Amino acid sequence: MKYNSVFDIIGPIMVGPSSSHTAGAVRIGNIARQVLGEPPTEVTFQLMGSFAETYRGHGTDLALLAGVLGLTTESEQVPKANKLATEVGLAYMFSQVNLGYYHPNTVSVILRGCTKTAQLIASSLGGGKVEVQELDELPVKFSGEKSTLILYHVDQKGFISMISRRLEAEGYNIARLSLERWSRGGTAITVCEVDEELTDAFLQTLTTTIPILHDVRVVKTL
Amino acid sequence: MSVKYLHELIALAESQHVSIGELILAVEQEQTGRTRSEIMEQMEKQFTVMESSAQKGVHEPVYSRSGLTGGDAYLVKKYIEQGRTFVNPSTLRAMSYALSVSEVNAGMGCIVATPTAGSAGILPGVLVSVLDSGKYKREDIVSSLLTAAAVGLVIANSASIAGATGGCQAEVGSATAMAAAALVEIGGGSPQQVGHAVGLALKNSLGLVCDPVAGLVEIPCIIRNGLHAITALAAADMALAGVKSVIPPDEVIQVMRTIGQEMPLSLRETGIGGLASTPTGIRLRESIFGKST
Repeated sequence: MKYNSVFDIIGPIMVGPSSSHTAGAVRIGNIARQVLGEPPTEVTFQLMGSFAETYRGHGTDLALLAGVLGLTTESEQVPKANKLATEVGLAYMFSQVNLGYYHPNTVSVILRGCTKTAQLIASSLGGGKVEVQELDELPVKFSGEKSTLILYHVDQKGFISMISRRLEAEGYNIARLSLERWSRGGTAITVCEVDEELTDAFLQTLTTTIPILHDVRVVKTL
Repeated sequence: MSVKYLHELIALAESQHVSIGELILAVEQEQTGRTRSEIMEQMEKQFTVMESSAQKGVHEPVYSRSGLTGGDAYLVKKYIEQGRTFVNPSTLRAMSYALSVSEVNAGMGCIVATPTAGSAGILPGVLVSVLDSGKYKREDIVSSLLTAAAVGLVIANSASIAGATGGCQAEVGSATAMAAAALVEIGGGSPQQVGHAVGLALKNSLGLVCDPVAGLVEIPCIIRNGLHAITALAAADMALAGVKSVIPPDEVIQVMRTIGQEMPLSLRETGIGGLASTPTGIRLRESIFGKST
């Protein structure tokens, strides 16, 4: 995972006190919210390592909640995310666990809405930069820094080449691509980061014309 | 290009007769497809936030959410006004600005992570004090953030800028090196001198552990930001005077990574070892979070 932009270093603009434990945590929560794709009603955060040891002091709990509520790193509402959560009826729980061999600042987020659930493990790498390590228990990695297309589909021969042709035809450049599946012909997730902004029209075409595509999400952090 | 080695940036800057800041600006344009003016506009916005966080705690005491710390930037400012300082007042002002940013940060106020929130005081501290001197143009100071960013990118990609990975040397050390680099560029130094400033500043921070009391970004983080602002100014002056870092800056960065890897977990932002483990550190932790933790 590389730092590319000057604003990875001179930024983000954020409320304190920690870029990894506060700003990065807001971003992780925000990614989880976007993956869920609907208002969350219940969330469980399992923290490990340095996150688990210091989350209250760094406001990591408030930051994660703020992200799940859709706030960004510079929102002055971050310090009162717990109150906001109560106001909108979001039930939340924090626990400390050992998730295994991950970066010291890692959290598992289990999010439920009225119709959907999303589960991810993500790490805060430093300076506000984050990376998702696992999505719905499959090891797919993405940062959310670029427009990220998440495709839930059935594993089938030619899927990747079809998607990449569609992207190319619309002028998208693939920056990063990964596919993980449970079994041959089974449920699969493809995650694709592109350099350009994804349009609603394009997403609409994908979902209406590809029968084996169950669901689509777009993630983009600020 | 991947920004990983300072010697590569220095060589490129010299061959193209541009500053390291100009070089990284071209890389940013190429990577993001944004125009020069869009990038500089955003950098100006970052600097404006840096400025207001540097001024806030100097004008009035700012306290942390925990109540453990705060008001030090204001104390230093009042002391400077008495006119009996050992250190040159303009240098001490850099310290008070740095303290202010870190105090605002501890109060969950708005700051710019440079490169991290825990080390966010150093770069604005020195740059706002340099702006105060009236000797340099604001746009040159904003441009110097690019040089600081280039140094930060090299360190982040070669070592780490996270206290949980590399200790405080990775945060405060990196910020000090970035600030020294920016100052050398403002002061008209060569890309080589920028490199030496990084080497000198970083060497003076090697081994610094991340041992925050109660896991809060307060003790000793705030004080370290204040004092390292002065180190950054001094390292820049050393480099501009012609002092060289005998160990090349890239090797210093590499060894910072190794030292970070060798640091025990208790000294990498867990709030367990170091100052956090002192009797007072433990007492403060218990006074905030209770005995169960």
